[in-house]
Amino acid sequence: MELLIASAIGIMTAAGIYLVLRLRTFPVILGISLLTYAVNIFLFTSGRLVVGAPPVLRDDITTYTDPLPQALVLTAIVISFGMTAVVVMIGLGAFLGSDDDHVDDQPDRSDDAPEGTP
Amino acid sequence: MTHWLIAPVVLPALLAPFIVLAARYHIGIQRVFSIAGVLTLIVISGALAWNTSDGTIMLYQLGDWAAPFGIVLVGDRLSTMMVLLTVVLALFVLVYAISSGWDDRGRHFHALFQFQLMGILGAFLTGDLFNLFVFFEVLLIASYGLMIHAGGTKRLRAGVQYVLFNLIGSTLFLFALGAIYAETGTLNMADLANRVTLITPDETVGIRVAAVLLLLVFAIKAALVPLHFWLPSSYAEAPAPVAALFAIMTKVGAYAIIRVYTLIFPPDLAVTSGLHDVWLLPAALISLAVGMIGVLAAKQLDRLVAFSIIGSMGMVLVSIALFSPVGIAAALYYIVHSTLAGAALFLITDLVRSGRSNLELTPQPPVSGATLTAGLFFIGAIAMAGLPPLSGFLGKLLVLDAAYGTDLMVWIWAIVLGSSLISIVGFARAGSILFWKAKSVDATEAAPPPPATMSYVAVGGLITMLAAHTIFAGQVHGYTTTIAAQLFAPEPYISTVVDTPGKLSDPTEKEEDH
Repeated sequence: MELLIASAIGIMTAAGIYLVLRLRTFPVILGISLLTYAVNIFLFTSGRLVVGAPPVLRDDITTYTDPLPQALVLTAIVISFGMTAVVVMIGLGAFLGSDDDHVDDQPDRSDDAPEGTP
Repeated sequence: MTHWLIAPVVLPALLAPFIVLAARYHIGIQRVFSIAGVLTLIVISGALAWNTSDGTIMLYQLGDWAAPFGIVLVGDRLSTMMVLLTVVLALFVLVYAISSGWDDRGRHFHALFQFQLMGILGAFLTGDLFNLFVFFEVLLIASYGLMIHAGGTKRLRAGVQYVLFNLIGSTLFLFALGAIYAETGTLNMADLANRVTLITPDETVGIRVAAVLLLLVFAIKAALVPLHFWLPSSYAEAPAPVAALFAIMTKVGAYAIIRVYTLIFPPDLAVTSGLHDVWLLPAALISLAVGMIGVLAAKQLDRLVAFSIIGSMGMVLVSIALFSPVGIAAALYYIVHSTLAGAALFLITDLVRSGRSNLELTPQPPVSGATLTAGLFFIGAIAMAGLPPLSGFLGKLLVLDAAYGTDLMVWIWAIVLGSSLISIVGFARAGSILFWKAKSVDATEAAPPPPATMSYVAVGGLITMLAAHTIFAGQVHGYTTTIAAQLFAPEPYISTVVDTPGKLSDPTEKEEDH
């Protein structure tokens, strides 16, 4: 299970970083979403992986799972979800206003660049 | 336990929804409440700073839960000074925003402004790393709204860059927090300081990764080269009062570096050795150089000011990276100076903008009220470039003095002095083109009306604060020296946070409570 979760985090992070390095708004937002998924699982596992154990103290139970990372991850999910919504709205506004969805500053061009250039 | 320590967080948090819900169509009521809130905050912050000036560590346990289980707010000399600086800056920025009409060019300026204050003040006061993340997010969410206030395509495009960059920064922060929690099992700063020293040398992989990640996150906030790319566009395109308020946001990054790397990962800790002198100091020197060269190269006045912010942050971080009590004291003196000077310059930029069609550094007809604006620009430029007699000069002297005798002294002195010269040339070029060459251009159309008197009062207030910072430099530097001494002797901080009893600290007492 450790290998599975670790590689899931790794693959999502790698894919997220690749997409973030693209220059258009849409792939970058997708990449950030992937990164936040990866970080959510990473936070979740920072309390160690335990299966089938309760998070709340009870009598005659000795194995617990750590409840704090679950609270942390809930906060992180809410924040990243809200942030993604905000960036989609701002990105949409910028795209509709300038008809261009590059995330970096473009040099001033008089002639239109051919479609599909990065 | 008094509740005053949480007031700087709770007051704006209550005021902002009130402004949105009760006064959303009445700009006058919004202005009154916003100003009244900031004035109250100044009184409270002043009292808090006075209370901690004798070395007292104020602790507030939310819900009376003892650390490390509960969340704590901690007020020591450093955090209360930063809180006071923030609210004083906020007052002048708010006066300018109201007098120039910026707050009425879009919706919800005052509510977002209060949320922004809540985030900044909370980040200064919190004693818990995860809470630091949450307050960072609060201030960032509010800043996204403020950044695109009044709209416009260019501003939205700069906003997209700003938001995306900071989202990546937040993700890195979460990775760092996860790694720290996995290694130590706590996120309370004082508790972390105790536990990090317990890690044996062969198990430090995780905590070293976490320490570097945290430094990266704070360096993004502090706009350290090569993580500064978000700053020039967003500060230049943001509305001027917002950019002036943002002058404190880079300092939040500097504050976090000081706090975390004196308390949790102190410079003599073997785990993180080499992080400051090998990595942070050269990066800070490069950002100082890049910032000041950017001042010389900028083609627009707003970009010029944004690059001078990067340069001054480089200066602050050079001084921080020395990680000696002298260096931190100099850095704190310079932080106050560069916040006030940066904010004043952004507001002056807006005074210039109100009389011109754009901010290109090209000769154009004189702006309205040119004499006063030019005078203010002259003073602001002197302060930012670090010429005598203003506090920038004293701050630079303190930094140079702190660097005297260190290994990299030659580099620090050369780059600090060389970059000062470059920035003087840059500011002089900008000022002479804007205000002197304008005389040679004939006005073709009627000049727009000069800015409101209160706008000049706001800028003048910031300049007055700078002058006071210069005149009382001895006292201020004496106080920052005591702050640095407190930072390098963190035992009272740790014992106050960890040993103060609360709920759960005594199991038998808890049984009786229920």
